[in-house]
Amino acid sequence: MQQEPSTTAPVTIPTQRTAGCPFDPPAGLAELRERDPLARMTYPDGHVGWLATGYTAVRTILADPRFSSRYELMHYPFPGGPEGPVPPAPVGDMTGMDAPEHTRFRRLLAGRFTVRRMRQLADRVQEITTEHLDALEGGGPGTDLVEAFARPIPALMICELLGVPYADRGRFQSHAHTLMSMDAAPEDRYAAMVGLQEYMAELVAAKRAEPSDDLLGELAHDSDLTDEELVGVGGFLLAAGLDTTANMIAHGTFALLANPVQAEALRGDPELASQAVEELMRYLTVAHTGVKTALEDVEVEGRLIRAGESVTLSFEAANRDPRRFPEPDSLDLGRRATGHLGFGHGIHQCLGQQLARVELTIALPALFERFPTLRLAVPADEVPLRTNMNIYGVHRLPVAWDED
Amino acid sequence: MELHADRTRCIGAGMCALTAPEVFDQDEEDGLVVVLEPHPPEDTHPAARLAVSTCPAAALTLRESTRPTA
Repeated sequence: MQQEPSTTAPVTIPTQRTAGCPFDPPAGLAELRERDPLARMTYPDGHVGWLATGYTAVRTILADPRFSSRYELMHYPFPGGPEGPVPPAPVGDMTGMDAPEHTRFRRLLAGRFTVRRMRQLADRVQEITTEHLDALEGGGPGTDLVEAFARPIPALMICELLGVPYADRGRFQSHAHTLMSMDAAPEDRYAAMVGLQEYMAELVAAKRAEPSDDLLGELAHDSDLTDEELVGVGGFLLAAGLDTTANMIAHGTFALLANPVQAEALRGDPELASQAVEELMRYLTVAHTGVKTALEDVEVEGRLIRAGESVTLSFEAANRDPRRFPEPDSLDLGRRATGHLGFGHGIHQCLGQQLARVELTIALPALFERFPTLRLAVPADEVPLRTNMNIYGVHRLPVAWDED
Repeated sequence: MELHADRTRCIGAGMCALTAPEVFDQDEEDGLVVVLEPHPPEDTHPAARLAVSTCPAAALTLRESTRPTA
């Protein structure tokens, strides 16, 4: 039997991370990026589309409106995903919309997430950070940093910003977690979506009844959004705020603990924090993968992507492309990582990125200041990794420090 | 250097205001780009160029001057 040359045979998406390398993308992605940065890929449903691993290819496709973000057009790239066609985005889920629907939501929200507005929250972030550093210290060595520190800070901030009572988190946190799982059973995913919607519907009704000076309260009174849209976009913003920065805080901590020279540099120089956060965003790329579908035939880097073909975009591989970032596999806080794709690119680039920046530039340095002897409380290879989640990171991070 | 912003393309991500705050800002209301310095002083040029090249929505354009600025 004749074999096709390996450079042209469609690949499947590499998902296996190398043991002992919790910060690196699956090794197969790097090989592919060298060999064929825009490769043919066979999807689990049999579709033959594409896999982009090179920085230029990924960025080019993200910026091109001829590639759609609509879920119902895409083929799911990972094994164990939904059976059958992917359903359209629920109402208010901006990541699954194209212009002009997307533009309408983005225009309503962009003014509420500006650099200036988010920086005005810095004092509150500092306050919440201090409270949770105290809680971590109170828990003593062995405490899980995810539960005690990484998760509550962004959760409290997004709740306060939206006007969602943090005390209600028992009603939405587990649903949000299920929706972020790549291997959740369809019935569980559906139940989580319904649960989150029910919660948001109650909240929206309350906001309609009584004005409040928070984002949902203002949208309920000053925008043309229907109840259904308000419920949808509220759930979307809440879920987006809960699970993203939390993973950057926890995985960022893990990465800094594994790179003590870098942690020391951050500790010694508060001015380094902003640049350090950009580099951690590049190096860790916890939002690792996206999918777009060509609406018409498009030529990218000399390859013809036909209408209807899906392209899986590996942000994590692109952010380690040596053609864009020299020595990409080392964490170097001295590097200017501007231009990384950790927040995406194109019209869907993260709406909450300026909030994430404020949270990360405050929380990470504060943690390393408070605990100069911070270390893992378990061997590094026992830290459970979120290999099954849309947002990568760690499930738990038990930490320890010297007590006086 | 001459800068131009297309507010119909802008998505208000704030990359320009973050990268070159002396040159770009965001509107208080809609979050869209405001060009503070259409002809930015020379010491801001590297930041302005970076802001133009990283704009996620390709809303910024730049024309380099053909004659030296004073």
